[in-house]
Amino acid sequence: MLTLLLIIIPLVFTIVLFALPDSKYVKSVALIGGIVEFVFSLYVLFQYQYGCHCVLNYHSQFFQQLGISFSLNIDGLSLLMILLTSFLSPLIIYSAFTKQSNKPPAFYALILLMETAFIGVFTATDVLWFYVFWDLALIPICFLTAVWGGKNKRVITVEFLIYTLVGSLLMLIAIIYLYTLTPGMHSFSFSSYYNLTLDYKTQVWVCLAFFMAFAIKVPLFPFHSWLPKTHTASPTQGSMFLAGIMLKMGIYGLLRFIIPLCPLALGSWTFYAVVLSVVGILYSSIIAIKQTELKRLIAFSSLGHMGLIAAGVFSLTFNGIEGGILQVISHGINVAGMFFCYDIIYRRTKTGTIASIGGIASKAPIFSVFFMIILLANIALPLTNGFVGEFLLLMGIFEYNAYLSAIAGLTIIFGAIYMLWMYQRIMYGETTEATQDFPEITLQESLVLTPLVIMIFWIGIYPKMFLHIAEPYVRDLLEVLTYKLK
Amino acid sequence: MNYIWLIPLFPLIGFLLIALNFKRFKGSYAGIIASTTVFSSFVFSAIVFANVLITKQAYTIELFQWIHFNTLSVSFSFLLDQLSAMMLMIVTGVGFLIHVYSIGYMKGDLGFNRFFSYLNLFVFFMLMLVMGSNYLIMFIGWEGVGLCSYLLIGFWFKNHNFNNAAKKAFIMNRIGDLGFLMGIFMLFGRFGTLNYASIFEQSQLLSVGDTNITIITLLLFIGAMGKSAQIPLFTWLPDAMAGPTPVSALIHAATMVTAGVYMVARSNILYALSPFTLLVIAIIGIATALLAGAIAVFQTDIKKVLAYSTVSQLGFMFLALGVGTFSGAMFHLTTHAFFKALLFLAAGSVIHALHGEQDIRKMGGLRKKIPITFLVFFIGTLAISGIPPLSGFFSKDMILMNVFHSGMLLWVVALIIALLTSVYMFRLLFIVFWGQPSVHADSNIHPHESPKSMTIPMMILAVLSILGGLFGIPEVFGGNEAISNYLAPVFAKSTTLLIQNPHEVAANIELLLMIVPVVLIFAIIYALYYYFVKGKNMPPDELQKRGIFSKIAYNKFYLDEIYDFLFVKPGAWFSVFLQEVVELKIIDKFIGKVGQGVVWTGKTIRYVQTGNVGFYLFAMVISIILILLLNLF
Repeated sequence: MLTLLLIIIPLVFTIVLFALPDSKYVKSVALIGGIVEFVFSLYVLFQYQYGCHCVLNYHSQFFQQLGISFSLNIDGLSLLMILLTSFLSPLIIYSAFTKQSNKPPAFYALILLMETAFIGVFTATDVLWFYVFWDLALIPICFLTAVWGGKNKRVITVEFLIYTLVGSLLMLIAIIYLYTLTPGMHSFSFSSYYNLTLDYKTQVWVCLAFFMAFAIKVPLFPFHSWLPKTHTASPTQGSMFLAGIMLKMGIYGLLRFIIPLCPLALGSWTFYAVVLSVVGILYSSIIAIKQTELKRLIAFSSLGHMGLIAAGVFSLTFNGIEGGILQVISHGINVAGMFFCYDIIYRRTKTGTIASIGGIASKAPIFSVFFMIILLANIALPLTNGFVGEFLLLMGIFEYNAYLSAIAGLTIIFGAIYMLWMYQRIMYGETTEATQDFPEITLQESLVLTPLVIMIFWIGIYPKMFLHIAEPYVRDLLEVLTYKLK
Repeated sequence: MNYIWLIPLFPLIGFLLIALNFKRFKGSYAGIIASTTVFSSFVFSAIVFANVLITKQAYTIELFQWIHFNTLSVSFSFLLDQLSAMMLMIVTGVGFLIHVYSIGYMKGDLGFNRFFSYLNLFVFFMLMLVMGSNYLIMFIGWEGVGLCSYLLIGFWFKNHNFNNAAKKAFIMNRIGDLGFLMGIFMLFGRFGTLNYASIFEQSQLLSVGDTNITIITLLLFIGAMGKSAQIPLFTWLPDAMAGPTPVSALIHAATMVTAGVYMVARSNILYALSPFTLLVIAIIGIATALLAGAIAVFQTDIKKVLAYSTVSQLGFMFLALGVGTFSGAMFHLTTHAFFKALLFLAAGSVIHALHGEQDIRKMGGLRKKIPITFLVFFIGTLAISGIPPLSGFFSKDMILMNVFHSGMLLWVVALIIALLTSVYMFRLLFIVFWGQPSVHADSNIHPHESPKSMTIPMMILAVLSILGGLFGIPEVFGGNEAISNYLAPVFAKSTTLLIQNPHEVAANIELLLMIVPVVLIFAIIYALYYYFVKGKNMPPDELQKRGIFSKIAYNKFYLDEIYDFLFVKPGAWFSVFLQEVVELKIIDKFIGKVGQGVVWTGKTIRYVQTGNVGFYLFAMVISIILILLLNLF
């Protein structure tokens, strides 16, 4: 029941917001929606940690004849993803509160709809419902970009939509094919999928179809070209959702489907998957060095980090997967912070071109500290969340293949190169025309940044709770894997 | 011993206090707070040191589990033994003096509060590095001090040259850190833990020359190359002089750059197991020391000379490690911390007196104008050159003596390094303090002695530079090599591994080995005095033609240009290539066109929908026939 409520709360607020006339109360309603959901997810966390897991299970017959049921459950992986979503959502809503422009109710409604879809994806234990939520999440982001976006918003939105739908379609084919293989009255439930014993050849095809869907979502090199474009066109809130949560759906899918369903195929293909991810890390890190637009730079940096997460997960080692999960959370927090810092700069200077910004540190010292902390977390400095995640990821890859790990590790060098270059350009030096009277961040802006910074240090210094929640999930996954490989 | 977590906590609190109130604190307030916190750490360090000295025991204190799941378990815990207690004394002691000095030096700077918050943060991370009881806690400190170094080098952030120097330091350190990280992974793979205690205990069972250990030690040493500025990762250190001078004294001379030496000494058992790595360390140490020493002789910036001197001295310490005298290296690290910090602070005082002038060609004759600074600089120069009975003499002698055991030829090379030191140091001393006042005489600059907050720390360091040698008086002089005995428990196992049959050198040969360098140094001093003071020679101006070697050395062997050509330029080119060609022309054109492909298909198929019912019927009939036909086969 609790889990169902997690989906219903943002959905109710979505409907209310769509129905509301445009007024000054709209944003407060949206923010309350986000906060209520967050508080509720904390209650779910409490139940998970100290209560009975049974309350988290929800099951209702939906279309029994076809083997479809509306069933939800929460395990360690789901819980962390839910916490990330419900933590970021109110911050993203709050980050849209600006004096300059008032967003209409539909804007906030779409954000909450997106949150609903994310929670659905992370809790569904019925494959068809998983797919429904998966594609539902696309709709709000497309409208957000197409309506409130920047240059070329329509063209880029269409391209993004079709590109990701192609991936989804492949996944749908695999889902339906596997459905036909389920015994007796066919079923879409996760457990019946997991119980399938597929021969090697089938696994390869299924694996490929899923892989394409998730590779586009994560995105892995060379399926990434939609991401920088969509980021550039999207409004900041869209980018925060996109990079903060939506890309993580790809990693979630990898863990939920590819690893348990196609262990044999993975066994022989995982090397190439890791290599592809590592190539992607290098590619995006090197390309980031010479970016001239701040937003594109952040997009490529985020691409590199996602590649590292994928490589760690594909290494199929305990440290790699555990680190991957932790880094999904950490990177979600960091990248949302990065995009918000971009937004702060963009709203004040009306430009995102690195060359035309400079000297902000002398105008806005508090902002420069926030930005620096988020940047350091991004380049994985010890005691920030980024370090724990990347350390475990690289360690996992090292256990799989030491050479690949050393190459993937170059990301810590390249990350420092492009991030410090960018920071130096926009924050240090003399002020430019655009930054001459750059105001210090407002209370509202620091209220968005402060929780992010708290999380950066919490996970960096005392990640015990997060590692502890993920641990049993990873253990089970690897047990299933070794069992199926025998 | 349960209070030792307070030692790093004090500077952390100081950092947070200043950082959160950086707009509120006025005057020297932040400086006083920062100094107080470091002094508190010093007091506790002294208690710890005394405790270790008396009980001869090592203490481990665990605070909490940091990364802990499955088989991985890394805790936040501190190890206090003879080695770390000694480092604690240096870090907090020298750190405190430099904090006090900075109050005077940074007075009136707009970033005064920011400066002290960074400085306190640095001390915190340095203490983590030194006190950690496993490699990952050391790595926290290792990267953390790198961050503070970055922030402090680029402290005056309006100048992009300074920012570039800061960035370069961070990136070069990161290159080393990657090696360090890989070493950590391999250690975990080999030993299943990262704790010093269990790693060192397990490694006692290994045989000398174990391949894994060789790779691990080499990887860890890459980290040391970055942090301690050894070839090929040393070019950041001279550039790091862009930071305020107290930073150069604290971070880039006394503490942070010696982290590599500390790390090797800490892992002495592993290194003793790998003769190959020790050989590599010795060779790199020698090469760095010679190269940097040669460059130092031709530099004209007072801080650059000292920076290259630091690189050279660090190379000398690595040579000591390479020949297996860990206590010799630690001894030199200690005395170097005293006299190099002193020299930097004195140089800062000179710069302060001349309102920011750093070019030694524009100095001269300062002896009478700033007598206290002159006196301490003079003491520092004597100490670093190894003139008895100052501290540098004893620490160098301990290393030279051990090098002599490894071979006569090596000893000659080490001697050359030691002699180079006196060449560039006395050159500096004579040019700056003797001779004619060149620029300040005819301008409005009137050199003035620095305030007490600056001179008193310098005097204390001067006393330490004189007396520091007392810790290691050799047996020939009736001493008992106190420092070697003190550190013996830490290095016990590696000493037995490295020195199977201890060489005994006859007392007269040992005395001879001491006298030869000293005689040569005095000869050098006389020659330099003759050349610079009597002959009134000055280093050539930018426009004047230099000799070929002088030109190469003055331009630092063109290493920056070579790196630029080999790595920076191709890297930038490659980045643009990936963006312009691979991303836009290949990936976007082919894979990225999936979207457009679908749109195109839709557009094309649209023409089928003509609205002509006859056409639809025709198509329907044809399709049905086709399906039927297909079913037949």
